[in-house]
Amino acid sequence: MVQAAHDATSFVAPLEVEEEELYHAKTFIGKYIWSQDAKVIAIQYAVTAIAIGLVALVLSVIMRLQLGFPDTFDFITPSNYLQFVTMHGMIMVIYLLTALFLGGFGNYLIPLMCGARDMVFPYVNMVSYWVYLAAVLLLVASFFVPGGPTGAGWTLYPPQAISPGTPGADAGIIMMLVSLALFIVGFTMGGLNYVVTVLQARTRGMTLMRLPLTIWGIFMATVLALLAFPALFVSAIMMTLDRLLGTSFFMPAMVSMGEQTAYDGGSPILFQHLFWFFGHPEVYIVALPAFGIVSDLLATHARKCIFGYRMMVWAIVAIGALSFVVWAHHMYVSGMNPYFGFFFATTTLIIAVPTAIKVYNWVLTLWRGNIRLTVPMLFAIGFIFTFINGGLTGLFLGNVTVDLPLSDTYFVVAHFHMVMAVSPILVVFGAIYHWYPKITGRMLNDTLGKAHFWITFIGTYTIYYPMHYLGFEGLPRRYYAYGDTAFMSDSAQALNSFITVAACIVAVAQILFIWNLISSLRNGKPSGPNPWEATTLEWQTPDTPPKHGNFGENLPLVYRWAYDYSVPGAVEDFIPQNVPPEDVPTARTDDPTAAPAEGQPA
Amino acid sequence: MSVTLVFMAVLMGMVAFWLLRHTINVRPWAAESRGNLINSNIQLPATKIALGVFMAVVASLFSLFISAYSIRMSLADWRPMPEPDLLWVNTGILVLASVALQWAWNAANKGRMEIVKRAMSIAGALTVAFVLGQYLAWEQLIATGYFMTANPANAFFFLLTGLHALHLFGGLVAWYRTSARLWRGVGETAEIAKIRLNVELCAVYWHFLLVIWLILFSLMLNT
Repeated sequence: MVQAAHDATSFVAPLEVEEEELYHAKTFIGKYIWSQDAKVIAIQYAVTAIAIGLVALVLSVIMRLQLGFPDTFDFITPSNYLQFVTMHGMIMVIYLLTALFLGGFGNYLIPLMCGARDMVFPYVNMVSYWVYLAAVLLLVASFFVPGGPTGAGWTLYPPQAISPGTPGADAGIIMMLVSLALFIVGFTMGGLNYVVTVLQARTRGMTLMRLPLTIWGIFMATVLALLAFPALFVSAIMMTLDRLLGTSFFMPAMVSMGEQTAYDGGSPILFQHLFWFFGHPEVYIVALPAFGIVSDLLATHARKCIFGYRMMVWAIVAIGALSFVVWAHHMYVSGMNPYFGFFFATTTLIIAVPTAIKVYNWVLTLWRGNIRLTVPMLFAIGFIFTFINGGLTGLFLGNVTVDLPLSDTYFVVAHFHMVMAVSPILVVFGAIYHWYPKITGRMLNDTLGKAHFWITFIGTYTIYYPMHYLGFEGLPRRYYAYGDTAFMSDSAQALNSFITVAACIVAVAQILFIWNLISSLRNGKPSGPNPWEATTLEWQTPDTPPKHGNFGENLPLVYRWAYDYSVPGAVEDFIPQNVPPEDVPTARTDDPTAAPAEGQPA
Repeated sequence: MSVTLVFMAVLMGMVAFWLLRHTINVRPWAAESRGNLINSNIQLPATKIALGVFMAVVASLFSLFISAYSIRMSLADWRPMPEPDLLWVNTGILVLASVALQWAWNAANKGRMEIVKRAMSIAGALTVAFVLGQYLAWEQLIATGYFMTANPANAFFFLLTGLHALHLFGGLVAWYRTSARLWRGVGETAEIAKIRLNVELCAVYWHFLLVIWLILFSLMLNT
């Protein structure tokens, strides 16, 4: 491979690290099926994740139909309902969001944005996807075994999860646990790639502080995932052993179905600790890439440098580190020591500080920006609203005294859907509208995109705002039907029906999005290499979509950060990262008092 | 969970410190002119960094198991289990395997490939012996009626030794690939450098698994 150099006359230090030798596939299968190209693997990850996500979307509609119109649908039994709740949660959090952000966007963007030809271990990267696919298929297969998938709730708390009487306690739960273990193994292979590529394979000039925030978010989320997923792995293995061999890691002595079980002395609380030691960082594994991506969307479409870049980076690092010491706020009702609860309430509120810094910086980035209300920008702004709303209810739930009465009500459902379901999904949509032109060379349809945004954005508010009220009334989550209860007002059922109608509309509206993705492949307007006039390296590739090896003969050299938008004095309102200061066209080169083309403070 | 918390605090502290050191006093908004471009990557082979990250993941896994172990140990039904004396022999064998790999590494640095070959064979044989020894210890326990369900201490014993052995199996795959390269013949200097790196990675990983084993073994002795 040719040595990287901008041009023959300019001096650049020699490459200290050997340039990687790319594997060049020759057959169709080698290029597109058993592919070792990170861009193809990214698309495989994304398509698989979106496909399984659509299954989870359908499950949520079925749940809402039952809640909105009880006694209407015969095919939804109480067992089915619990199974759908469980599968919906598990698929959305792990198999859709985690896989899409890290496996999908991570694979596509890390090499391109860092200026690398590919991930450092392409073969391991390929295996990572196929193991992920196996995990997904195993999960899907559990729908078709006797007893169906597990219905223990996505948290899979023992002893209930593996006791007779719980749906799927025979085969479903085992398939779930094995599928999770597979997912973690696959992810670890991918995660090693993402981390090492960011650390070791950046192009010359791409210092850590010139990385786009997208990469910072994905990088830190990967670090969290690599360290937190083992907790889920540990609990999955131990629960599998409890179920299959009859050990008592988590299972206490108990009477089940009128019979004394063989279990003795295990601790269900131990499982909760392990699960949430993974479960809380998982929130940030999903949120940090969203934070990073939305920062880049806002800066690009507001034509302004991101406000407080360094603060944004340190906030990502701080959130990542703090996310390991807040897990027990999911367990306030488990009967913990009050001082323990106090500690976790405090750390939970502390983590709001770096998060708030990020929100202020996003808003300040918009302030006096030259905002272009493109579809990605709409989704990015929608994210800010939704994230603030969801985050504020998090402050309530983080306090032990407020959490106790609200625990396991629809208030919690509303909170986490706003903050870690809808918010990241809005970013996913924004990111797809943003990068689709680079991936396919064609623009997505703007009208369909805007319709998709407004229906989704307003729709999610009509779904989740009313849930806060239901939660205040004490409506418990995960119930199949409520019947006549004294504490429930008559209007609660009417509200539930309203939510269901809204949910159905939003779900159906996603067809617009899917249709847009498919039809624009053929009919979309050709986008050119850089339709959004963005500065980051992926928009500067010689080919669109980028070919194998990403950057043609010479790797790009990076002279500046990713946020040189509307630089005073420059003719164009953006300067790509690979343009040296000497080559920036300025407005009046003959005027010695003209502002320099670089170095505006942030 | 305090074991895990201390581990995570140390690890996240290292990550945060490293990141801060590379990001403080940097003016990200300033553009660089043509002559000054630097390569700011970590100047190590990718496989070395990857092994470091992987060991962090494995350490996280075992620290979580140790946390679970200590929480479970504090509950009422915990009974000590008899440790087979064979475990002491196995520990000695694993120490020797680690020493042999260190020997191979040193020889590889000096370019003495014949010694590397001998040391690698010894290390491989010792590792296989360790795994077989662990299996024998399992057999002894099962024969005396101490299988997984007998007692939570036993359950943890089988689980932890099994997982540790699995990680050694993974190491043996790397060992096999390195040996195959070694025996295929050493011609070019690039090939020698690759072998040297692979031997080094094997040695580091074995030392790491030895430390893990010593921690696990001392925990099991204290049931």
